[in-house]
Formats: sequence, structure tokens, C-alpha cells
Amino acid sequence: MKIATSDEIRAIAGVDTRKCMKCGKCSASCPAYNEMDIRPHQFVSYVQNGDVEALMNSKSIWKCLSCFACVERCPRDVKPAKLIEAVRLSVIRQRGENYLSPDEIPALLDDETPQQLLMSAFRKYRK
Amino acid sequence: MQRIGVFVCHCGTNIAATVDVKKVVDVISKEPGVVHAEDYQYMCSETGQQKVIDAIQNEHLTGVVICSCSPRMHEGTFRKAAEKAGLNPYQLEIANIREQCSWIHKDMEEATEKAVILARAAVAKVMLDTPLTPGESRVVKRALVIGGGIAGIQTALDIADAGYEVDIVEKTPSIGGRMSQLDKTFPTLDCSSCILTPRMGEVNAHEKINIYTYSEVESVGGFVGDFKVDIRKKARYVDMDKCTGCGLCQEKCPSKKNLSEFNRGLSNRTAIYTPFAQAVPNVPVIDTANCIHFKTGKCGICSKVCAAGAVNYDQKDEVITREYGAIVVATGFDTISLDKFDEYYYNQSKDVITSLEMERLMNAAGPTGGKVVRLSNGEHPKDIVFIQCVGSRDVTCRGKSYCSKICCMYTAKQAMLVRDHYPDVNVHVFYIDVRTPGKNFDEFYRRAVEEFDVDYIKGQVGKVSEAPNGRLLVQGSDLLDNRQIKMEADLVVLATAIEPSKDARKLATMLTASMDTNDFFTEAHAKLRPVESPTAGVFLSGVCQGPKDIPETVAQAGAAAVKVVGLLAKDKLTTNPCTAESNPLFCNGCASCEKVCPYGAISYEDRQVNDHGIRETRHVAVVNGALCHGCGACTVACPSGAMDLKGFSNRQILAEVDAICR
Amino acid sequence: MPIDNNENKEFKPVIVAFCCNWCSYAGADLAGSSRLSYPADVKIIRVPCSCRVNPLFILRAFQKGADGVILCGCHPGDCHYSTGNYYARRRMTLLFSMLDYMGVENGRTRVEWVSAAEGVKFSQTMNEFIEQVRSLGKNVRLEDLRCKKN
Repeated sequence: MKIATSDEIRAIAGVDTRKCMKCGKCSASCPAYNEMDIRPHQFVSYVQNGDVEALMNSKSIWKCLSCFACVERCPRDVKPAKLIEAVRLSVIRQRGENYLSPDEIPALLDDETPQQLLMSAFRKYRK
Repeated sequence: MQRIGVFVCHCGTNIAATVDVKKVVDVISKEPGVVHAEDYQYMCSETGQQKVIDAIQNEHLTGVVICSCSPRMHEGTFRKAAEKAGLNPYQLEIANIREQCSWIHKDMEEATEKAVILARAAVAKVMLDTPLTPGESRVVKRALVIGGGIAGIQTALDIADAGYEVDIVEKTPSIGGRMSQLDKTFPTLDCSSCILTPRMGEVNAHEKINIYTYSEVESVGGFVGDFKVDIRKKARYVDMDKCTGCGLCQEKCPSKKNLSEFNRGLSNRTAIYTPFAQAVPNVPVIDTANCIHFKTGKCGICSKVCAAGAVNYDQKDEVITREYGAIVVATGFDTISLDKFDEYYYNQSKDVITSLEMERLMNAAGPTGGKVVRLSNGEHPKDIVFIQCVGSRDVTCRGKSYCSKICCMYTAKQAMLVRDHYPDVNVHVFYIDVRTPGKNFDEFYRRAVEEFDVDYIKGQVGKVSEAPNGRLLVQGSDLLDNRQIKMEADLVVLATAIEPSKDARKLATMLTASMDTNDFFTEAHAKLRPVESPTAGVFLSGVCQGPKDIPETVAQAGAAAVKVVGLLAKDKLTTNPCTAESNPLFCNGCASCEKVCPYGAISYEDRQVNDHGIRETRHVAVVNGALCHGCGACTVACPSGAMDLKGFSNRQILAEVDAICR
Repeated sequence: MPIDNNENKEFKPVIVAFCCNWCSYAGADLAGSSRLSYPADVKIIRVPCSCRVNPLFILRAFQKGADGVILCGCHPGDCHYSTGNYYARRRMTLLFSMLDYMGVENGRTRVEWVSAAEGVKFSQTMNEFIEQVRSLGKNVRLEDLRCKKN
């Protein structure tokens, strides 16, 4: 797998990681926090410090719900979820055509599936 | 015809060693207009100055050029000499041939050539000099202080103690401000009202201080030394002279369920009320929105019970006009609205409160008599969570980008006091950074941690919600342990960001004082003139200029008072004559100059002009010489070339350019 | 047109420096009292504030044969008049890009913030600027030949 650079991740995400003041509000807001190996606030400093490889190999990028709570609540406008999404995209793009098409959705539906999950799945796999 | 005299200084060998002064005299004496040129060892000496005086008188000079050191050094000296000789001091120019020539060049020929060019430029400028006279304006020996908090109180006391009259305008019914709402003060933990109340009494009793409470500044005119201010005294419906402050009206008032502003809405007050027991003046006001008499025309109980007959429902707002020499802004602050911060659950739960509400809750005169309880059910809390930086250091549209400065310290104070009064209560503080610069501040914070076992957690809270058992659920991060914390709490206290008073911008517009994007007043110079506004005669005291704690506020208040006293001590103000001037014949009234003026010195007036025999009224720019500092921003902004700067006119600078480039 | 190397060596540019009274003029004085030399080609004109400098003054300087014009003011935020240097900065940004369009190279114009304490910076700036203008050679684009003497 080709490892993206920090600059590429920042460019895709449109995020300036230097703005982060390390308050941890992203991690405090995250509903998937306990599922993650690398936590939202760590994503910001990993990108800032250039360790994108660890992020591309982490399971956090698949655990993020794309609920954007961290984006909403970040006081510095850093948008950790966008960084996570950028890392996820750079992995997905290398895997070829494994994205979700609308035709597949009806088969996957059941009453138990929350709408948020569909939204999040589309955000993740329709790029 | 101009008659210019040029004097070239040797400055010992400082100039003469590198510049051939004789040659400079020789060349410059051939310049058109130059009728006298000489050189001398030390022009700034008594003898040297006498040479200038003699030449002015004997040769009837109309302008003088001194080729010497920097004008920053001796311009004043030579101007005085010129004045002594009967020449207008502003018809003298300095050519700097020491700092900007002899000292930096080694080659004599080169340096001499440059000295000649600099002298020529000065001659070209002096040719176009016009006699200038500094204006004079009067100083009204009275100061206005806007805002009656600790900043305003201290400023007023210091000015009044120096012997000048002071008026305080306060918009609420009593002076005292935010400090009167506080329980204890850091880092010494002395009771806020115990130290403030004597000051309030002093202000009230001071013969030089006049307090207008329940009043607002309506308009400001004039300029430094001579302001004219309209003050609206809102109707209290209680006669200040008759009221004895017995409080019977408040006891009997049947409209009792109105939220108390002083207690931040945590308790109720009557419709006729004084905000708090130690209010100054101790005269109630009637809140007409909630008064039964004003709503229905019935009731009138307060009027009936008042033995002094002070209640007067027919009172009207009154606008008074007063003159002042100086104005001090001390408008203070408020906490920001938390409407955009729903994650903290403030609007949803009574048990989530701001720290200012916590102050009231802890205060013995507060809504619970000083007992810290859950406001939803009055129960004793077991866990209290403090959250820092709520809305501070937040660059999104929800918060404020700056650090509110006081929160770290008052949070440590409140946490410490809770642990002191209730050792059974667990106290947790979520922080991003603990900022405690200040005398005994860090020691104070460490005491909270080390002696009082306050649990400081490095991380911010992401969400506060209600737990199924009715308590609050706080979800935050602990960055040092790299874990997410979910804890139950009974009370959550938000260290809410502070912001300048809502009315401050309106006031700044009236005063033509500048403000930053956060609505804090800007100072004339960030380091060297921190208590003055760029607008002459307007001074800043307290949080209106930037977040401050009480000691800093008092220090700044005193500093502002000294500046005011320094101004009021003058009998007359001399104004800098090098000010901008607009030519009404060229001015097209576009207002470009008004927009760039940092001092609000430019206004627009209808003036009669005679344009080549055509008499008409035109709407043109007029510069107030007392306010203009002479920066020249307007002269460049002016599209029609009507605006010019005396002493640095367009023609003069162009003449210098020509002289240098020729 | 190729510039003769020998001629270039002899070339003494005319440089006009506008300095604000409060910071840069004082900085120039400090450079003087610290004996930090820079070529004599620079002639300083004292103005109350950098915002006093009308673009017209700069055009006139080029018209009259100046080879470079530099404007020095207080550092942003330190202006004696609070905001003057911000105006100057905006005005000069526009003027310089217009001059560049007209063929007066950007190297001939410059805005520099020099405080009253920066004598060293003043002298360095002048040295650099003169070197730059020298490398560009004589300004012929805007010079009005009618203004030329002899």
C-alpha cells in the first residue's frame, strides 16, 4: 500500500492541523471512542507529526461513524473527522472499486438498521 | 520673495571630518532664494543659536535651514531660537547630515555631495513652509466615568481625591458591578463585598463625586477637554431625595415572582426593588414591565406604604447635558450566551450553571443563603464537575478566540471552597491548560490540588446529558491516560467566556473610540499607552479594554485616573499645528477621509463657499484641529486632493522629491 | 538592451526612502549613531507616518529620475497612529503591482517595517535594496526626459 503524506491528507481533508490546541474535545465527544485504537485527538497529532502509515493501518478509520460530532464541537475548527475520512479515502482508493452502489441497499435493509448507519456507510463508501 | 538662511554645523568633527562643510556652504549659497549661508563649530551652542537669531533679524529671513544632527535631537532647540528672533518656529527645517550622512559614509566627496542634496531638499521644503500657530482649547475641569463597577469606582475615587469633580454614569440601579456579585476573591479568599462595600460608600459620600445610577449616556459631542454629553436618567418612579431606603415598599410589593438580575435569575425579586442589600444609592426602582400598577392601573401599595411619599408613578425619563474635560470608559463585561453550546446541557438542566451563578450560589446573601445545592431538587450534591474554557479560545462562530484570563483562577477558588465547606463532595475540573501567571496564583492553584484534593483532569468535556437516575452524565476525555471518561455528577459548573458589555459598541461609536473585532476598546499604544484610547480625552479602565482580574483592573483604573488628572490639571490644551486641512473648494464630500481617520477628527458640514464668484452651500469635510494627530492618512485617501497636511503638505514633499532626484 | 558592465559598475542609483517619523526615521538615526554604513545613494524624506505617502510621490520620484523608492514604517500593530501602516501597506501593494505592470520592476519598489530599535535592519535593508536596484540598472521606463537636466 502506498503511504500518503501528511500534506496529502491535509489537502484532501482541507484541515490545518496546526490549529489544534490539544483540548481533547473531539475524543470527549466521540461515540466510537472505545472501539478505536488511535483516538480522534491522536489523529490530529499523528498527521501533524507525519505518521500517516500508522493511521492507514489502524482500525479506527473503519470504526469512525462519520457522525461529525468532533467537527461540530471542535473549538479550533480542526475537523478531526475530515482527517479520518481523508486517511480512509486514501486507503479505499488503492483498493479499487469497492464502493457501495445504491442498488445494493434494499437487500441490506432491515428494521433494525438505523438511518445514521446508512448515512455513514454512504459517506464512507460512495466516494 | 523668500529669503532663506542656511546654517551648517561642524558638530566638532562629527560632521566636518566626513563632510566638507565649507563646500556645502559654498554650493548652497548659490541656490535660488538662499540669501545667507554660514557654518559654525556647534550650531546648538548658545553662540550658534545666537548666530541664527542675528541672521534672522539682520537679513530678514523668511525661512531657516539647519544642516546638523537629527531633527529628533535639536529641532525643538532651533525652533525656540527662531521664535525668539521673531520668525514662526514652523518655518525652520533641519537637514540631517550627521546620523544620515557623515556618520555612515566614509568617502568625503560622496558624503559632501549627499549633504548638499539633503540641504537642497530642506531648502525646497522650507520655501513652502507657512507660518503655523498651535491652537488652544479649554479644559473643563470635570471627568465622566461610564460604568460603576470596581474599575469605574476606583477611577472616580482617584480623580476625585486629586481634587476634580467626577460624575459616574451607571446603567443599573446601583453601582458595584460584577465585583458585587462575587463571593470570595482569589488568591487571598477575602470576601468580595467586604472589600467593595466600603469603596462604594466612599464614592457615595465623596463631595466631588456625583453618581447617576439607572442612567445611560445618550450622545457625546465635542472633543478632548471640552466634551458635551447627554445623559438619560431613566425614571425610577421613586424620588431620590425623599426616599429613606427603609425597604417597606419591597416588603409589601405583591409582584414577587420576577427574576433577580443580581442573582442571575436564580431567585426572585419584587417589582419595586434594590438589586442587593448594600446597593448604592439605597433607593429602589420600579420595574414597570412587572409592576401591577403599571400593568393594570390598580395596586399602588408601595405608594400607600411609603411614609416619605417618595413613590411617584408619574416620573418621566430626564435627559441632562453636562460638560466634561475627559471621559473614562469602564463598561466591564458579561458572560457569553450559551445558546450555541447545547452539548453542555445548560439550557436543558437547572443543575448546569455558569461560574457567575456559582458565585451567587456560594454567597451567604445569595439565593440559597450560601448553601451549594442541586438547583433542580435542592439536594446536597456528591459530585461537582467544573468545565474550563467554555466558549473561550474558540475560533468558531460559537465562542471567543481569546483566553478569558480569569477562569483558571476562579475555578480553582470555587473548587477549593467547595472542598473546604463540604469535604464529602468530590470535585473534578476538566482543563485544557491551567494558566496562572500572577503573584501567588500558581501556588493557589497547587493548593487546590495538593491540599484540597481537587481532581484536575487534562481534557475537555464533549457532552453533558441526563443519566437515567436523574443525575448528570459527563462525558470527557482524559488525554494523559488516553481514555474517555464517563462520570455522573450532581452539579456542573461552566467557566463561561466573558465578553465586553453589549452596549459597549454603541458607546464606542458615540465616542469615536476604536474597538477590536471582539468589541474590546483598543488602546492608543499596546505597550506604551495602554489606558488611553486613540481618541484624545477618552481613557480606558478595566475589562472594557481586555480580560482582567480585580487587581489588574484596579491598577489600570488608577493609571487611567492619573492620565485624566494630568489632562484636567492643564488650563489650556495646545494643539499640534501640523494637522490636516481640507480645502472646501476642492472637497466633493465623498467621506473617504472620514473613514480612514483613526481619531474621528473629520466631520461633514454645510459650508458657504465662493467658487470663482459662485456662492453656494456645499457639504464638505471639516477637520477638528484639537482631535487631529497629523498622521496624514486622509490626505492620501482624498480623491480630489482637497485634503492636505500642514507642515508636510503635498507640495512640500513633492519639492523634496524633486530636489533629491534632480 | 544589454547593459555595459563597466557602465554598471559606475552606476550610482538615485534612491528615495520615505521614513515615518516615529519608527523608521528613528531607526535610520540609530543606524547612524551605531555607524552602520550604507551607500550614500539613499536620501531619506521624513513623513509623519507611512500612510502620509501618497502614491503620487512615488510616481513623481520615478518621473524625476529615481531608480528605486523604498517606504519604511512602523511594524504592523506598532503604528504611532494605530492603523496608518495598514493603509500604507494596502496602497503600496496596489501601486507596486501597477508599477510592475507598467514595467517598473518590483525590485525597484519596496515596503519595509523598521522599528526605532532596528538600526541594523535599516542598514541591511538599504544595502540589500541598493544592490537590487543596481542589478536592475537605470530606471528608464517612467523617467520623463523633459525633467532631465543637461
